Amino acid sequence: MMVRALVVATALVAFAPATRASIAAEPSGGDARSDAKEQVEFGIKVAQNGLWKEATYRWERAVQIDPTYGAAWNNLAIAYEQQGNFDKAREAYEKAVTLEPKNLLFRQNYDLFKEINDRAKRRRDR
Amino acid sequence: MTARSAAAIVSLGLLAGSGACTSFYEIPIETPIQPKMDVSMFQRVLIAGFIGGGTDDVDANVETVRLLRSQLRSKSSLRVIDAEALHLTELAKDQVKTDPPPTPGGAADGQQVVPPLPPPTQAAENDPVKIRNEKDLEKYQSIFSDVAFWKKVGEEYQGPLIITGTVLFSPLATAGYVPVEREFFDQLGRRRVIQQRMYQERKGFTLQPKLIYIDGRTGATLYSETLREEILYPAQTNTPALSSYFELMDKLIPSFLNTLSMQKIRGTRVLVK
Repeated sequence: MMVRALVVATALVAFAPATRASIAAEPSGGDARSDAKEQVEFGIKVAQNGLWKEATYRWERAVQIDPTYGAAWNNLAIAYEQQGNFDKAREAYEKAVTLEPKNLLFRQNYDLFKEINDRAKRRRDR
Repeated sequence: MTARSAAAIVSLGLLAGSGACTSFYEIPIETPIQPKMDVSMFQRVLIAGFIGGGTDDVDANVETVRLLRSQLRSKSSLRVIDAEALHLTELAKDQVKTDPPPTPGGAADGQQVVPPLPPPTQAAENDPVKIRNEKDLEKYQSIFSDVAFWKKVGEEYQGPLIITGTVLFSPLATAGYVPVEREFFDQLGRRRVIQQRMYQERKGFTLQPKLIYIDGRTGATLYSETLREEILYPAQTNTPALSSYFELMDKLIPSFLNTLSMQKIRGTRVLVK
């Protein structure tokens, strides 16, 4: 299982849409949304293989490139949640829901997050 | 079709509708929940014992000590100390007896002087302690704030984290209308299930543990929490008290474990392109 994940991860990184060095540079005039979308798609692939740190990096880049991209904020929130970074997750979910208030998927993710986070908070306060 | 499955189908339909122009991927996640207490300064834990009460069918002290120890052994990094459970009820009873009576000076702060109670008879002193409710428990609570006592217990085991408290496991009986599912077959032989409200007498148990975490090096209380769960069965069902106790404890254990160690909650989220 681990070996399979490692092989998939290596392949994904090898065929990444852009290297970290080139990502770090600002998009050269191209369409910001399509550049951000590339990052989002790659982030999804690596997250599906359990590489949440790499996914977080990609989605952070996506929201830097296009801060109005709701899906990137939604995915970034999930990555923060998976890593226990609840304050950042809440901010990112709120951003996603504000950008696309009618998106039921974002709303559902946010509601599930709030349910767990609020329960944990209640336990701590008790 | 139950209301729940109908809601699930509607929800899926809505999701499919909203995702019609986007691609989405369901992904399993594990949300880490941080422990309520920082126990990094302890390597060992002593489940000292509990003041138990409620019903005589279950020894709440012994069963709780045994269960919490086994849970911590398998689900915590702390080393569990094997020691005989303290009979805190007896210890607390002795402490109550030996406590000096209030001094007359107590009236100075505006409180009324209560005349001392007549000394208990020999027979009353030898009676086993019967704790039936929270009010009975209150009399023995002072043992948990006895810093010197807990410090002494801690010294015996080189200053571990001490877990103690009270456990009230009491029978419960209620009567009222409850939703029930009734099954029948229509004229065509199809199975139908309808929801009805039926008057039912029910009995069961409540379990109310108060867990107190004490620093074995100083005897001071670090944290305490009160949990509560109840379970009810139809009156004609004969469920043994011990199995109800374990059923209720099963529900409370995650909260107990989360006090000392990080827990992960499994769920799914939807990634969107």
